[in-house]
Amino acid sequence: MEVNESLALEHGLKKNEYKKICDLLNRTPNITELGIFSAMWNEHCSYKSSRLHLKNLPTKGKKVIQGPGENAGVVDIGDNDAIVFKIESHNHPSFIEPYQGAATGVGGIMRDVFTMGARPIANLNSIHFGSTQHKKTKSLLRGVVRGIGGYGNCIGVPTIGGQTSFDESYNGNILVNAMTLGLVKKNKIFYSKAAGVNKPVIYVGSKTGRDGIHGASMASAIFDEKIEEKKPTVQVGDPFTEKLLLEACLELMAGDSIIAIQDMGAAGLTSSSIEMASKGKLGIELNLNKVPCRELNMTPYEIMLSESQERMLIVLENGKEIEAKKIFDKWNLDFSIIGKTTNSKKIELFYDEKKVADIPVHTLVENSPMYDRKWKKTKLPKKNKINKDSFKNLKILNVLNKLLSNPNICSKEWIWQQYDHTVMGDTIQKPGSDSGIVRVHGTNKAIAATVDSSAVYCYAHPLTGGKQAVCESWRNLISVGAEPIAITNCLNFGNPEKEENMGEFVECVQGLGEASKYLNFPVVSGNVSFYNQTKDKGIKPTPSIGGIGLIKNYKDMVTMGFKKIDNVVLVIGKTEGHLDQSIFSRDVLNIKNGPPPEVNLFNEKNNGETLLSLIKKKFVRSAHDVSLGGIIVAVAKMCIKGKKGIKIKKPKQLINQFEYMYAEDQGRYIVEIEKENYKQVKEILEKNSVHYDELGVILDKDIVIDDKTKLSIEDLILSNNKWLKKYMEA
Amino acid sequence: MNSSIIIFPGSNCDRDMDVALKKFGFKNKMIWHNDTELPKSDLVVLPGGFSYGDYLRCGSMASKSKIIESIIKFAKSGGLLMGVCNGFQILTETELLPGALLPNKYSKFICKNVFVKINNTENNYFKNIKKNILELHIAHNEGNFFCSSDQMKNINDNNQIALTYCNKDGETDDNSNPNGAINNIAGLFNKQKNILGMMPHPERMIDTYLSGDDGSIFFQNLITNLK
Repeated sequence: MEVNESLALEHGLKKNEYKKICDLLNRTPNITELGIFSAMWNEHCSYKSSRLHLKNLPTKGKKVIQGPGENAGVVDIGDNDAIVFKIESHNHPSFIEPYQGAATGVGGIMRDVFTMGARPIANLNSIHFGSTQHKKTKSLLRGVVRGIGGYGNCIGVPTIGGQTSFDESYNGNILVNAMTLGLVKKNKIFYSKAAGVNKPVIYVGSKTGRDGIHGASMASAIFDEKIEEKKPTVQVGDPFTEKLLLEACLELMAGDSIIAIQDMGAAGLTSSSIEMASKGKLGIELNLNKVPCRELNMTPYEIMLSESQERMLIVLENGKEIEAKKIFDKWNLDFSIIGKTTNSKKIELFYDEKKVADIPVHTLVENSPMYDRKWKKTKLPKKNKINKDSFKNLKILNVLNKLLSNPNICSKEWIWQQYDHTVMGDTIQKPGSDSGIVRVHGTNKAIAATVDSSAVYCYAHPLTGGKQAVCESWRNLISVGAEPIAITNCLNFGNPEKEENMGEFVECVQGLGEASKYLNFPVVSGNVSFYNQTKDKGIKPTPSIGGIGLIKNYKDMVTMGFKKIDNVVLVIGKTEGHLDQSIFSRDVLNIKNGPPPEVNLFNEKNNGETLLSLIKKKFVRSAHDVSLGGIIVAVAKMCIKGKKGIKIKKPKQLINQFEYMYAEDQGRYIVEIEKENYKQVKEILEKNSVHYDELGVILDKDIVIDDKTKLSIEDLILSNNKWLKKYMEA
Repeated sequence: MNSSIIIFPGSNCDRDMDVALKKFGFKNKMIWHNDTELPKSDLVVLPGGFSYGDYLRCGSMASKSKIIESIIKFAKSGGLLMGVCNGFQILTETELLPGALLPNKYSKFICKNVFVKINNTENNYFKNIKKNILELHIAHNEGNFFCSSDQMKNINDNNQIALTYCNKDGETDDNSNPNGAINNIAGLFNKQKNILGMMPHPERMIDTYLSGDDGSIFFQNLITNLK
């Protein structure tokens, strides 16, 4: 096949990029080489639009063992234990084929984690769908949930938390972000950097087929009406083989025969081999006839670009081949020596004894394009003056009842009951809590994890929204009594070639960086997904933040259900009454413009750290952060979880009751304390200049504001629980 | 007491079961599916998971594995053999227990707490157990027990129903049946009551910080009965 500019364009490369390839090689690439360049230089693999901005994120910290740039981030949790974790998107494939797209998303992220030597101990996910009225939403949601469950349940890793949202901006482009945490001993972490010349390069796992060819390029393209034709680019997952691969890899890793290991994810054998060579400043030579293939007559081009799942590339120490092969034989997995490391600093591929590719590694990696794309700043919108008359016809608890069945607030039990969340026997907080929590097996330690994003805020003002997402993650960890350690992020945005979308990205990342720096909550891994767009319609900017925290003794964790009648309930943090961009303004008053609530990082940190100190002193019986829906929704959820009620005092605030109850001001928590500790708690809060309001006392059932304004817990539970089940099963 | 857990490729509750058995005093050994001999055991457990991927009928591949002959021999000679979840499916596929486990009624995976009533305490598993209703955890896609009416008659005649799904007061009704199982059957014995298959996972309920602690009652009682 003749390689020319138009073929390069068909591969998703730009004219100038094709020219650069010819210049770098000093010749026209052949078809295999063109395929390799297109895979390595697409947005998904090269981060060409985002690299410049990601550099500014804080990635270091006392507990950070490995920041971005490896298969996943690694943090220290003491006693020679470390947590490996990362979040990754699988948006485009999931829209085309929801079951397989979501399933292989989960499979891919778990592989990233066990590639580093860690046994996966928890999964989470952040999934976003179009309007509940949209004709595809139900089937996409059903398929994605089945896919996530189908893969995670089979491997036997609990899915302990997540986030689901509905917004019409995802009508033509859903988001599926999967996160995995793994546990490893600090001295047994494996990396992808090859070292030494003439070391055998081993292929293990599933055979290579024609599935997923050009998956990474598809992930970097905009959808049009022909998306159905892209189905063959979606990979097909086999969780059983992944389970075998996991066990076989961990068995091999117990010894000392591995120099480097890398999973074959996006762009398959191409990116895995090049990454190992590039990091080790080495060359690599592969004989493609040795690659185990599932189909007949696969060409070098197809072998190099296949995204068949459940495969790994390993550089072994010399002489360890037989020992390693025995392990993979035991687990019935393919094991093939397909090449060796060289000192040529080139990737050299052979097929039928002919050289079919010869590319200097640096041209694929260091010389890959990097763009300083044009971007547009988003001005802070003007605040709405909300006319108090608009509250006149509303009853405070009727609104609450309605909001509890809002698709974005209602219980997501229908979803997470389809995920095995208890396998491995260490899940001590399930989905539906502020954070999911798993014990570090056999110890007193536990790890809390949460995924959060607030696309509505990011759309209104990306800088504030970026900060807010990090703060919400921090709050969800604090609420369960965990010390926040670090985050991973999955940045889902529209078309970077459009100034507005690029601006959303740049400013969200800026906000995210500011907050994580201030809170000492560094970013240790992540991924960027651009082109979340159908024709010219982009999604709302959606940075998903996956945060993890440590609880030193799991018995000290805090849950959100109210515990005991007569205990005092406080609101920590100040309520200013900010309604713009709240779910109350948007879905009840139908006001969709205005700025998101301001994020004050000083208050955020001070309130959070003070609450954590109260938890450590064992003063806090239950806690929950205030987010979507404000104080009253937060309190209602604590009532539902604890099957208790509350008598709410009329707030002393000067603001209107609706503003007080439904505002989404940041940096706030609801906490329950025993009466006899109230004085001491007050002293600590005052000493630390933390604003608090006394909200009320716990009752046995109803939420009561006054004699005429009350609602039973049974009604709350019904409103909260039934909506999604009815929507999906009607 | 010596116990053995069989590990099939794709088993994923083997470690959890190992932790539980050891916590209550069993000396446990892990046995690989390709082995042909069982060590001397007072209890053999087929754990939960997706043996061989369960791409065919759940448990059917495992029922043809190398170790299975010695398991059948062990059970036929009266040895205590327990299958949980995928283990229960394997027991029906080997025909050590009657019936079959079909996909759940609403054809989705279900992971949640359920209540089960103990129907028969004349056996080593439940003799002297201090609670009649246990809160246990299920996590499966194929737990909808089904059998022919002849088989059902035999099951009833021989008092083989071990556990039935019920509400917290012990009433067996449709609302408390999570998967559509015939007669709310959650667990089943063979005629001699030395083989027990059950969908719920007692090994996930062994301390108060987990979804519950009733699994502890089960294991504690079991080892006491065996001593």
